[in-house]
Amino acid sequence: MLKRKLNLPKAMSEQEVKQHIEALLSKNRSTRDMPTFLGAGCWPHYIPAAVDNIVQRSEFITSYTPYQPEISQGMLQSLFEYQSMICELADMDVANSSMYDWASALGEAARMAVRINNRNEIVVPKLIHPERHATLETYIEPLKMRVKKADYNHETGLINLEKLKELVSDKTAAVYIENPSYLGFIESQVKEIAEIAHDKGALFIAGVDPTSLGVLKAPGEYGADIVIGEGQPLGNHMNYGGPLLGLFACKGETEVIRQMPGRIIGMTTTLKGDKTGFCMALQTREQHIRRERATSNICTNEALCAVASAAYLGLLGPEGLKELGETIMMRAKYAMHKLSLIQGVEAPVFNSPHFKEFTVNFDKTGKTVRSIHQALLKKHGIHGGKEVSKEFPELGQTALYCVTEVHSKGDVDKLALGLSDVLRRKR
Amino acid sequence: MRTMVRQAQWDEPVIFSLGRKGRRGSSLSNVEEEIAKLAGNVTEGLPMAIKRTQLPKLPELSEVEVVRHFIRLSQMNYGVDSGIYPLGSCTMKYNPKISDLLAGATGASQLHPSQDETTVQGILEMLHTLSKWLVEVTGTDEVCLQPSAGAHGELLGALLMRAYHKFNGTAENHTELIVPDSAHGTNPASGTMAGFKIVVVPSSKDGTVDLKALKTVVSEKTAGLMLTNPNTLGVFEEDIAEIADIIHGAGGLLYYDGANLNAIMGKTRPGDMGYDIVHVNIHKTFGTPHGGGGPGSGPVGVCKELTKFLPIPQVAYDEKRKRYHLDYDRPESIGKIRSFYGNVAVLLRAYAYILSMGGEGLEEAAEISVLNANYVLKKLSVIRGFELPYAKGRPRKHECVFSAKPMYKETGVRAMDVAKRLLDYGLHSPTTYFPLIVDEALMIEPTETIEKEELDRFVEALKKISEEAYSNPDLVKNAPYNAAVTRLDEVKASHPKTMALSWRMHQNRNIIKAASS
Repeated sequence: MLKRKLNLPKAMSEQEVKQHIEALLSKNRSTRDMPTFLGAGCWPHYIPAAVDNIVQRSEFITSYTPYQPEISQGMLQSLFEYQSMICELADMDVANSSMYDWASALGEAARMAVRINNRNEIVVPKLIHPERHATLETYIEPLKMRVKKADYNHETGLINLEKLKELVSDKTAAVYIENPSYLGFIESQVKEIAEIAHDKGALFIAGVDPTSLGVLKAPGEYGADIVIGEGQPLGNHMNYGGPLLGLFACKGETEVIRQMPGRIIGMTTTLKGDKTGFCMALQTREQHIRRERATSNICTNEALCAVASAAYLGLLGPEGLKELGETIMMRAKYAMHKLSLIQGVEAPVFNSPHFKEFTVNFDKTGKTVRSIHQALLKKHGIHGGKEVSKEFPELGQTALYCVTEVHSKGDVDKLALGLSDVLRRKR
Repeated sequence: MRTMVRQAQWDEPVIFSLGRKGRRGSSLSNVEEEIAKLAGNVTEGLPMAIKRTQLPKLPELSEVEVVRHFIRLSQMNYGVDSGIYPLGSCTMKYNPKISDLLAGATGASQLHPSQDETTVQGILEMLHTLSKWLVEVTGTDEVCLQPSAGAHGELLGALLMRAYHKFNGTAENHTELIVPDSAHGTNPASGTMAGFKIVVVPSSKDGTVDLKALKTVVSEKTAGLMLTNPNTLGVFEEDIAEIADIIHGAGGLLYYDGANLNAIMGKTRPGDMGYDIVHVNIHKTFGTPHGGGGPGSGPVGVCKELTKFLPIPQVAYDEKRKRYHLDYDRPESIGKIRSFYGNVAVLLRAYAYILSMGGEGLEEAAEISVLNANYVLKKLSVIRGFELPYAKGRPRKHECVFSAKPMYKETGVRAMDVAKRLLDYGLHSPTTYFPLIVDEALMIEPTETIEKEELDRFVEALKKISEEAYSNPDLVKNAPYNAAVTRLDEVKASHPKTMALSWRMHQNRNIIKAASS
């Protein structure tokens, strides 16, 4: 028994709550207040008004997990459509109705690989997203599984295939790549990587940014067995990094599908057989039935974000997605060109095609990324990219910049001018 | 009084069979000429090995088609805003609209997680304050806001236990995690993911932890016990202090499954009961919407000995610089369990909720949720066919679990049938077949945000259904009639020969079917 009252604020009226929180939020400067060139796992994209409108429907937002399918057909069908669209993007047979984010999806994918082939190593690129790597380690530590990192070609950033071959063995549960990579370049040796993995009986896991899949080959086409990724850029706001939307899809036999984590919505009919309907499928994999033998403990996921993505992809369609990819690549290419014209600046560091992110190196300017970015923010009101010097010291004073369809030529030109100015100054 | 209710029945086709080739629902801003000239044809430069040659087979629709499609679907979905949603263990309370409005504000929704700390002081302050408030509600020493859901919090909690025993050099010994047979399925599933062997302890006649049974399973191998309180029957575990002693005596840790926290807010605190690790289901207890299955949020609070193991980063306040920041300098941390810092949009809603409720409001919410559950309990215990198993005569907390076993025996009508029939009355059903220690379980949690009239309607409907079961059981067994669809074939949805888990799988099946016929 608590013998005192909770030490919490006194109740406020709705108006007071609104004023209080608006005042608090006004202390932030959002990406709408300053040109911002951050990506690295959470990306700014234009979200059509119809998407926000659809996910604000209170029938969607205030419903629970569809345990009673007959009065939850709206959510169930929307999620089935989301799953189906992810399958089309990735060329997979089955997608689940979401994981928490890309990082945890990677952890779950590694665990799934172990369930399938009972091996205890996973090979990842050395230039993996550090947060994803850290999450992977957390998820697989209890399995006593080991992560091995494959080195890269220092000219292109691409995985060094010879080194990869040395690492992959009959102990390898899976080989994992990111495409586009964390540092934005596109890994093009996908067929070779798939072969190296499959030759040793390992699974091939591809992690993707789905906005690239209108221009980049579907992972299923180049031999991926499991596809994961981040669905946030498909119609979801950044929200300071959460909620995100973990993509998870796979190809294969029923026995493989049965090892998947997470909720899966299936199409069925009424018992009478007169109508099509939707319900949760393969629930015997899940915790509420299988308990300690479940494939995962996940139940609450990111369903509403998945609905946003279904609406977003429905609005774009195949041509829209292709155009989005092309637009992003053009704008990013322009930005790389503009920045590389600045004395002492190298952009990108790797000479491979890039998607929406690219590395910018400042070694020859004699200044640190931190000091450059601080000056850029303070003097020009521009937010630079993410510093990656600490994550990958061998890259020197390097930042990861992101340019998407939301960045106009004006934004990029302002950035180039700002950087030139900052670099010209003595301090 | 309303009786039968009809849900919209749009027979809405799957989106892939709508629209027409060449239609688009959204257009992009044109690329400026100078960019276009400089960039040229960007995809031409891609190596063939990675270039997409076949576009994804997405549907092609206009904006109005997309909107109508999803609005029709939404009309075939029941939410808290539609009516009572008494799912036991799920705490489906009303979600204040102001929270959604504020979460959508530019100053929150358009923040990038890697922004310079000086530009995000407002959101960091919010997160920091919220974590302090959750420390106060749970009686713990520090809260981590990162877990994306309750189960994610459980996984973190189990990993923290592991880290604790490892730190003490005793991980090889403490390998067993105890869960009651009445526990949520996530408890054993989370424990397994963290590498523990699960040991199940049977419940007593009262449905609570059987101390004798607990003592026989506790040993030097015990890593900890996961226990919700009140338990899944809605009964308060009065022996909690002794349970804590038993677990701590064996060198184990006590984990609080926060699914049922709503019942005790402001009355007692898990930390004060002896719990070492506590997760909170924000989307249950703190009034944030569940979004049809997520996003949720599952912060975890811990006692002092465990704070050093929490994931990085923690939001901290630097007194000297008078500034909030993200603290990564935690050498004993277990690392990361996800990207970035948590489901911030959900946490902001909870912040607004706590502000509008205040400390006393939270306590009152707990009181009314208990009152409502006991009101339903009283009313239902006189309805034919339902019985209240375990701990008879003892009041329940926020939920009560009835068994439809007598009804099943006497009429063949099962708990699932009752649940389906409720849908015809325009009401959501309780949780069914859980906890596992109750046959034909109907687990009811009305929450505090329901008017007496709606509760009476729910009771009245169950009374009518009971009458129907005894006079015309087939009527109930074949329900629902008025939902968007009649009862679904869930076996077909999971059978290897008939399952269609994506549109392309469905299409391929049709092709195979056509070829073989």
